[in-house]
Amino acid sequence: MTEGSSPARAYVLHLAVIAILVVLNFILPAYHHGLLARILVLATFAMGYNLLFGYVGLLSLGHAIFFAAGLYGAGLGVHHFELSVPVAFMAALACGAVLSLVIGLLALRTSGVAFMIVTMMFAQVLALAILYFAPLTGGDQGLVLQQQERVVHLGDTVLDLTNPMTRYMVALALFSIVLLLTLGVVRSRFGRVLIAIRENEERTRMLGYDTFANKLAAVVVSGVICAAAGSAYALLFGYVGANFASVQYSILPLLWVLLGGAATTLGPLIGTLFMYYVVDITSGYTSAYLLIVGIALILLVLFFPKGILGTIRQRWVRWLP
Amino acid sequence: MAFGPHLLLAVLEGLVTSAVLALTALGLSLVFGVMRVVNVAHGELFMLGAVLAWAIATSIGGSPAVGFMAALVLAPLIVGAVALAAERLVLRKVNYDPEATIVATIGLLYIIQQLALTFYGADARPVPPPFNMRISLPWFGYSGYKLSIIAASALLLVVSWLVMTKTKAGLIMRATQYDRETAQAFGIPVDRVYAGVFALGAMLAAIAAVLIVPISQAHYLMGQDPLLLSFIVVIIGGLGSLRGTVVAAVLIGVSDGVISMFFSPTLAKMIATLLVAMVLVFRPQGLFGRAVR
Repeated sequence: MTEGSSPARAYVLHLAVIAILVVLNFILPAYHHGLLARILVLATFAMGYNLLFGYVGLLSLGHAIFFAAGLYGAGLGVHHFELSVPVAFMAALACGAVLSLVIGLLALRTSGVAFMIVTMMFAQVLALAILYFAPLTGGDQGLVLQQQERVVHLGDTVLDLTNPMTRYMVALALFSIVLLLTLGVVRSRFGRVLIAIRENEERTRMLGYDTFANKLAAVVVSGVICAAAGSAYALLFGYVGANFASVQYSILPLLWVLLGGAATTLGPLIGTLFMYYVVDITSGYTSAYLLIVGIALILLVLFFPKGILGTIRQRWVRWLP
Repeated sequence: MAFGPHLLLAVLEGLVTSAVLALTALGLSLVFGVMRVVNVAHGELFMLGAVLAWAIATSIGGSPAVGFMAALVLAPLIVGAVALAAERLVLRKVNYDPEATIVATIGLLYIIQQLALTFYGADARPVPPPFNMRISLPWFGYSGYKLSIIAASALLLVVSWLVMTKTKAGLIMRATQYDRETAQAFGIPVDRVYAGVFALGAMLAAIAAVLIVPISQAHYLMGQDPLLLSFIVVIIGGLGSLRGTVVAAVLIGVSDGVISMFFSPTLAKMIATLLVAMVLVFRPQGLFGRAVR
């Protein structure tokens, strides 16, 4: 950990990444343009996951619950309660915050393997609840949000989230805010306490830090970021479905973060981008994309536990945040 | 049908579930108890056992009893070999680190599931039961094969208990479970014990799957419910406790059968999962287990 030596370099790098993504908005062909918008939202989900897994060292197997809370919070909000898009987005964040606070209070009483299983079970309860309350949620079929439900009126300006350009820029805006937020958090005093907890919780407690309160705060920040990604997904792509609450959507952010590099700020983006394109390209040849996910997970754990950016940081670029 | 017989039917169905569940959960519990790792692919090994049972029974042909017996012997052996390979090639390489093991077994889960879909297909296929016999009760007839599942499972559980408590192999497993380092210092080949236990756990799941496949068909997604239910049983029963596992399996199986018959199965699963998560949060040693040292 040699950060602090060059804070400017890190910010320049992140702003450059964002600038490249802005430029891509205007030059990408339509297919990749749509794909990248989706990847940016999912990378935001992965960044929320990384905050907890990478920096605090808490491996949750149930983060789909926060993504789904945002997805359904916003989706049901505009569909059934006729909320405007910004209000629905805020409602989704509130859902994520309350849910992550409750789950954090309960699940943080456990640790290690028990934490993984408890988080997975809570997520499973929400997934089952979505199926059970099918008249409200659409159950297995999910809900499709109509175009008129996805238009933002801010004074005189009208943002149509079904327009590909607008959609991409909104996704990028969310991604950039969360990216810079993560960078700020991990360089802050709070972030350093989180890393200290990951490295040695006992010692951190002995130094006088309230580790439970810090971990709880991390769960809530992580949950709110994931809920933001979920609600953006619902509002931008217009579909709310039960499979986003399934175990698979708890495993995918883990895979993306492991691949890109846990505890690196840009790792979630790299991991999501890479994995999404691997699946996209191979799906041209085979429908067996789960096989690729499975093999990738095992190979990562065996040979590449630090992921792409983690390895780069270890070998060459020590200042990478 | 009146309420009484209806309830009896629900209890019988629940006992069949319990019998299969106890074997599956025992495999998971054994692996966790001795090796301190969670095998998330356990449900897929169960599914693999069922799919292999179909493949073996179909390719042998002849009378259903011959095909079924061949499946009952061969399918667990093949599943055990797969688990052994996974243990040697992956788990040992990550040094049984709990988190790395979970991630790796998730990978294994997807690989087995996808291969089953590719080579076996998305259809559910039945295996003919080895014998057809209806036992007539005063209110309804009941499948004799289902009752034989309960008997077979009970027999296997008693054998497991005898092996664990009375034989040298059981002593070695318990020693490894109790204190890995001391066991190693006393010359127990801990490494080989781990390999054996992991294969044995998978074989128990495969046996359970072969037993159930004549009454519920083989399907590539059938591993998900047994995994969740096994987790629930192992947690309620206390990790690594055989008696607790059996008691919890009967409790969960019968209540699942009864609740599912009178209420929505989704609601039943929802409430059960939530309750078990609460048990894990507030009583991590399980309802019947003792506190970990």
